[in-house]
Amino acid sequence: MTRHYSALSLFKEGVAGQTGWEKAWRSPEPKLRYDAIIIGGGGHGLATAYYLAKNHGVTNVALLEKGWIGGGNTGRNTTVVRSNYFYPESAAIYGLAHSLYKTLSKDLNYNVMFSARGILTLAHSEAAMETATRSVNAIQVNGIDCELFSVEDVRRVVPIYNFGPDARYPVYGGTWQPSGGTARHDAVAWGYARAASRLGVDIIQNCEIADFIVEDGRCRGVVTTRGAIRAERTGMAVAGHSSVLAAKARFRLPVNSYALQACVSEPVKPILDTVVISPDTGVYVSQSDKGELVIGGALDRIPSYGQRGNLPVLEGVIAGMLDMYPIFGQLKMMRQWAGIVDVVPDSSPIIGESPLPGLFLNCGWGTGGFKAIPAGGTLLAHLLATGRHHDISRPFDLDRFARGRLIDEAAGSGIAH
Amino acid sequence: MQLFPCPFCGPREESEFHYGGEAGNLRPDGDVTAERWAGYLHMRDNPKGPSREIWMHLTCGEFFAMSRDSVNHKVSGSSVLGETEHGA
Repeated sequence: MTRHYSALSLFKEGVAGQTGWEKAWRSPEPKLRYDAIIIGGGGHGLATAYYLAKNHGVTNVALLEKGWIGGGNTGRNTTVVRSNYFYPESAAIYGLAHSLYKTLSKDLNYNVMFSARGILTLAHSEAAMETATRSVNAIQVNGIDCELFSVEDVRRVVPIYNFGPDARYPVYGGTWQPSGGTARHDAVAWGYARAASRLGVDIIQNCEIADFIVEDGRCRGVVTTRGAIRAERTGMAVAGHSSVLAAKARFRLPVNSYALQACVSEPVKPILDTVVISPDTGVYVSQSDKGELVIGGALDRIPSYGQRGNLPVLEGVIAGMLDMYPIFGQLKMMRQWAGIVDVVPDSSPIIGESPLPGLFLNCGWGTGGFKAIPAGGTLLAHLLATGRHHDISRPFDLDRFARGRLIDEAAGSGIAH
Repeated sequence: MQLFPCPFCGPREESEFHYGGEAGNLRPDGDVTAERWAGYLHMRDNPKGPSREIWMHLTCGEFFAMSRDSVNHKVSGSSVLGETEHGA
């Protein structure tokens, strides 16, 4: 069977009629006991499984997914990868993710199509330009590549923008992270799944958590729709459904679940070769390799577990986009969807042991989870393997809410969530 | 566009409303621990399914309680705030 992906194996399989490919990952029956259990088969859970096996040699691991892998937010985002955050703690965590993304295709032997095409965040007023200047300074001090853009710079990078005298959203400049970009969302999930499975991790789909097994005040495993599975350490990476699992473990989280919408147009010829974010309209847009314009917007302001989204926000996003890019006026939209994101008061993730000992958290990424997948996986794997924080995850522990040490990126980076 | 029922103005478009938090999250009195205070400020039930929430109707400026399903978004009713729901 052909396992390794390369130009040579592609050629050989082409000659042999594509009959020798091994399945990308195994689908074994769950065992009764593992060294560690990971709940959630999205990017963060799959990355956790991979790094547990690769970095820590823990391969007797079950990854449990209630639906199919990559079917939640990993398959519902706008694939943007960047690390231009305000606080040093955030720069460390998103910087780690970004650096791992750069070599991920080679690490996983799976093309995740990471494309460092640059990310532009627009400033639409003089005041926004002053904030952008301060932001660029902070980001540069954090050691992240970031530049302040003038109107001329913006015009050079995004010539299709509406620079007209009657533009509703005039441009004063912006911030530019040249190493930011996009990656192929499905490939990230599938690549991690394949690599983890090859290292021995059992990926078990259609397996929903009914309850936690608690003995002597510790989490000792889970009861699932496919029977009880035991392990001394359990990690959960379930994004918008974190509160639902927390309720089963009898604690609460500082999380509100909201729908975040996105949509894609019909595929067109190359017109936009970067990612452009407008904080004022909440619109961000990029063009996929297939040619579709991928458009994301602000959060729906109604708490929700419905993966659809509401019309008023979508209308606002489309209206803003058309004013900024009149050339898109004739585009037909093909698909619209929403993912349920876990929004935390300071817009920073929660990583650490939960109030139930033996159960570890990776949640609270809000609208920005995709870009953080390699870091979320590395840090939760470190917790599961050692029982202790990695230096980078320590500031993001759940205890920051009682201690008052919030990492307020909602204010710092002006994130929409 | 979904219609939400304001108990004072009747059914109005959803964009006229602002979410104010979970009903029944009462402010603790007296000498409270950091954990209890963090619980009041930040910790939430965030229920999937039937929810009881505080909303503000921005156009009339009134707060009220609304019963809503967080999965299918159906509203089953709204009412003027009682003492137990806003902790007055």
